[in-house]
Amino acid sequence: MFEKKERCSTDKNRLEEHYDIVVVGAGHAGCEAALACARLGLKTIIFTISIDSIAMMPCNPNIGGSSKGHLVREIDALGGEMGKNIDKTFIQSKMLNKSKGPAVHSLRAQADKADYSMEMRRTLQSERNLTIRQAEVSELITEEENEKKKVTGVRTYSGATYHCKAVILCTGTYLRARCLTGEMITYTGPNGLMAATYLTDSLEENGVEIFRFKTGTPARIDKNSIDFSKMQEQKGDEKIVPFSFSTNPEEIQIDQVSCWLTYTNEKTHEIIRNHLDRSPLYAGVIEGTGPRYCPSIEDKVVRFADKDRHQIFIEPEGLHTNEMYVGGMSSSLPEDVQQEMYRTLPGLEHAVIVRNAYAIEYDCINPNQLYATLEFKKIKGLFSGGQFNGSSGYEEAACQGLLAGINAAMSVLGKEQVVLDRSEAYIGVLIDDLVTKETHEPYRMMTSRAEYRLLLRQDNADIRLTKKGYEIGLVSKERYDYVCEKERLIEEEIERVSKVRIGAGKEVQEFLESMGSIPLNTGTSLTELIRRPELSYEVLSAIDKERPNLSYDVAEQVNIRIKYDGYITRQKKQVEHFKKLENKKISEEFNYDDVPSLRMEARQKLKLYRPLSIGQASRISGVSPADISVLLVYMEQKK
Amino acid sequence: MKTDTIAAIASAMTNAGIGVIRISGEHAIETADRIFKGKDKKILAEAESHTIHYGAVFDGAEKIDEVIVLLMRGPRSYTREDTVEIDCHGGVYVMKRILETVIRNGARLAEPGEFTKRAFLNGRIDLSQAESVMDLIQSKNEFARKSSLNQLSGAVSSAVKNIRAGLLYEIAFIESALDDPEHISLEGYPQKLKNKIALLSEEIDSLLCGSENGRLLKEGISTVIVGRPNVGKSSLLNALLNEERAIVTDIAGTTRDVLEEQIQLNGICLNITDTAGIHDTDDVVERIGVEKARTCLRKADLVLFVVNASEKLNENDDEILKSLERRHVIVLLNKSDLDTVTTIEDLKERTKESQTFRYLSISAKERSGMSELEEMIRELFFSGQIDLNDEVFITNLRHKAALQEAKQSLQFVLQSIEDGMPEDFYSVDLMNAYEELGKILGEAVEDDLVNEIFRKFCTGK
Repeated sequence: MFEKKERCSTDKNRLEEHYDIVVVGAGHAGCEAALACARLGLKTIIFTISIDSIAMMPCNPNIGGSSKGHLVREIDALGGEMGKNIDKTFIQSKMLNKSKGPAVHSLRAQADKADYSMEMRRTLQSERNLTIRQAEVSELITEEENEKKKVTGVRTYSGATYHCKAVILCTGTYLRARCLTGEMITYTGPNGLMAATYLTDSLEENGVEIFRFKTGTPARIDKNSIDFSKMQEQKGDEKIVPFSFSTNPEEIQIDQVSCWLTYTNEKTHEIIRNHLDRSPLYAGVIEGTGPRYCPSIEDKVVRFADKDRHQIFIEPEGLHTNEMYVGGMSSSLPEDVQQEMYRTLPGLEHAVIVRNAYAIEYDCINPNQLYATLEFKKIKGLFSGGQFNGSSGYEEAACQGLLAGINAAMSVLGKEQVVLDRSEAYIGVLIDDLVTKETHEPYRMMTSRAEYRLLLRQDNADIRLTKKGYEIGLVSKERYDYVCEKERLIEEEIERVSKVRIGAGKEVQEFLESMGSIPLNTGTSLTELIRRPELSYEVLSAIDKERPNLSYDVAEQVNIRIKYDGYITRQKKQVEHFKKLENKKISEEFNYDDVPSLRMEARQKLKLYRPLSIGQASRISGVSPADISVLLVYMEQKK
Repeated sequence: MKTDTIAAIASAMTNAGIGVIRISGEHAIETADRIFKGKDKKILAEAESHTIHYGAVFDGAEKIDEVIVLLMRGPRSYTREDTVEIDCHGGVYVMKRILETVIRNGARLAEPGEFTKRAFLNGRIDLSQAESVMDLIQSKNEFARKSSLNQLSGAVSSAVKNIRAGLLYEIAFIESALDDPEHISLEGYPQKLKNKIALLSEEIDSLLCGSENGRLLKEGISTVIVGRPNVGKSSLLNALLNEERAIVTDIAGTTRDVLEEQIQLNGICLNITDTAGIHDTDDVVERIGVEKARTCLRKADLVLFVVNASEKLNENDDEILKSLERRHVIVLLNKSDLDTVTTIEDLKERTKESQTFRYLSISAKERSGMSELEEMIRELFFSGQIDLNDEVFITNLRHKAALQEAKQSLQFVLQSIEDGMPEDFYSVDLMNAYEELGKILGEAVEDDLVNEIFRKFCTGK
């Protein structure tokens, strides 16, 4: 199936157009990339295999979740679209991990998939500098400039040529995609859409190293065939918190739709075990590498054989459809086994499948070919984002798309490119991991990957990143001013609170007792009381007479900063140390062969990864602290 | 440029007359003030640069040594940073104590070559010397890494690995619950973690306890004395022991048949194992001893092969000779005070291997030839510029610091549990402990955690 084919249907097509930027693919990465470029004033065209699949959600029907919610907040603070779009189209919302520390609170919303896609399409359509085009891009056009490749345009399968100054590849799971359901294999992208068959060859001819990854999705089941009385209802939060910092919370307190919880059982597992020989994964038909964090149900049953049941979440796909997503049961087993297996679950005894579960294989790149700016090291003007870079997930895709878009725009505008570091954003962690560490599976964001997570909270993404977004040009002055004012109010209030003395009077003691808190021996500051685990800034308003009227988001920051001050200060110190090496930049032309004392392994790795800073160099496996010292000494000498 | 404060021993690690401990960095003077009490009661922070102060170093209330302190404020110092040099009475023990005290009071142990690196980066060393600075850093680190691994005893390394595995499991559990709160619950977990941490802390304690006696490391050159029965092995050991009266510790042998002693010969540290005489025997108990002797022989860095020069060589000597291939061997022709029957030439004729051996006539009984022996060992092991003992000692200190750091982090976790902090705060300190212990094994953290999460816990959509 994958033999080399003609990349153009005709050589007679003389259509030629000129743009500043070409975006290939209109998924979550492509949309953010295209919007960023267009909003920065560049003439942009976005290609998609099907206009109807713009911002499509081919897998889970939700946005956010642990650490992914952080990404969405960061996208929003930088001026991206995902947060706004989900705020307009969600049907249920939940703040996860509320009982845990603020750093791991994470917002997740169930989306109405059709609305999500349509709303994003509307946003793209209304962008003045943006053209949407349905076509398959089949070839990258490059030329040599000063011994380095440079991208100058793309060609479509129809033979048309689009000249441009930068290209952003966001091909998702479409490149040479094939879907597997048991013995059935189709050479299609997700949801039966056409695969993109030709571009891989062109990339390889340009020296791009290609990986093959796989992922999967569960079946969708007809809502009318489900007996919900046998499942536990999972409701949304009473008070809904928006994703976007620009959404007014009052305007999104909607009636929510529920999700449902059920479990697999021994019978389910037995059916799966009995049919493993018909699973392409276990029969060795699948060649791509799958993600360990998103295992198929057959994987779970085999690898965690001691578990007698697995949780399964039944989630609505939208208000206009009867389809319910079976979260936790992705599979590549054949259709007949799927039906049998799903029907063993309480409530699914008479389940009718609307769409089969399937595994999908696709081409992506080894992301170590990219700079942290998401530009290809060997091809100037070529950027990429999303699953094409070896990640997985809508949110991971969107944030890369945004950064790739920003940096493509910056390069066309001749401005400095933007790299977020690990102490600034989860986005920084994600991109740094992708381009610095070895990848063997689709990369998912996880909160444990962010070493400075106490600082990188979802609640302060606006404070962390709005300034950046404003400087880039994607955030309005008005919004930036709002954040500056917010920051001022927070600091002012922290200062005031530290000076409020609380005496051991009767009213105070009674209040403390009522909160289950130990009474005071002597007077103390309000700050000290806020630090008590059973108390908070909010509840202490009862004994804080002079408290100014502050908005919820300011009060939240005051509370967090006071309560976790010790930890936050500790991490800030670590960040200070981290920044020292991060701020020592290495030029793209740096010649590691000129440094005499580097060990061979380190030299090879450094030449391969071409880190942009000493900090990044220190994170490459095989580069020792001594090698870093040697680099520092060398660079000092050359200064 | 602001830098953290580092410390190291700047003189040779021998029992020489004067030892120098150097502290450099932003808080060097402050650190020194915490442990130094000047005779004139003045504090260093208020003293002029380039002044000398007489006083004593204290570890808490305990006076360690009388010292002279040199105060040099940056940039007029080797590193161009604030620098304090403590000149103490020489002696490995004193230097070690002072350095440890300095480290407990705010400095960190310098990386190999770090003073030179700082001197260079701060413009103190001529740019033309960059290359040699880089070589120095690379070679010192390489050596430290090697010696760190080589010196770590098997039991310690497996204990550290176990503790780390325990920590990693707990972190992975917490993290999977954070990543997938709907699948994994932390209900009742803090209490469980508390018990687990108590156990792990105990294990760290027992390692720390060992480190006090220098047992973390196979400090020094592992040396074995072999020979057939009754050639004077034990007298040799006694002679060596008396030579400098410098027994640091006596490490209990694994059985009564093998006795291990630690000896310091003018700065060279030897772990000497005296073995049962190797000979053919039918006695069961004796045979165990002989087996042990053979095992020690295989593991040793240095073999002292004792023969009785007043007797003829026999088949037992031949057998020992055979097992000495490609080893560092010094053949000691003992009993030189008696009539010589066996000569060096006799030995050289026995095997080809023996051509590469070194030979020395001694009399253990009369204690003659001991300084020549010492010189020979020195030549064998220290022909390079590298001073093995410095590195070994530093390694031990590094390990100890890492253990203490890890223990401290676990205390923080207990405190967080006590304070009712949310679970995600635990993993910050647990991870810190994990990383510190990793330093002992020379292992980078890489993707351990993510791998453990996927291996042990079933998460995901």
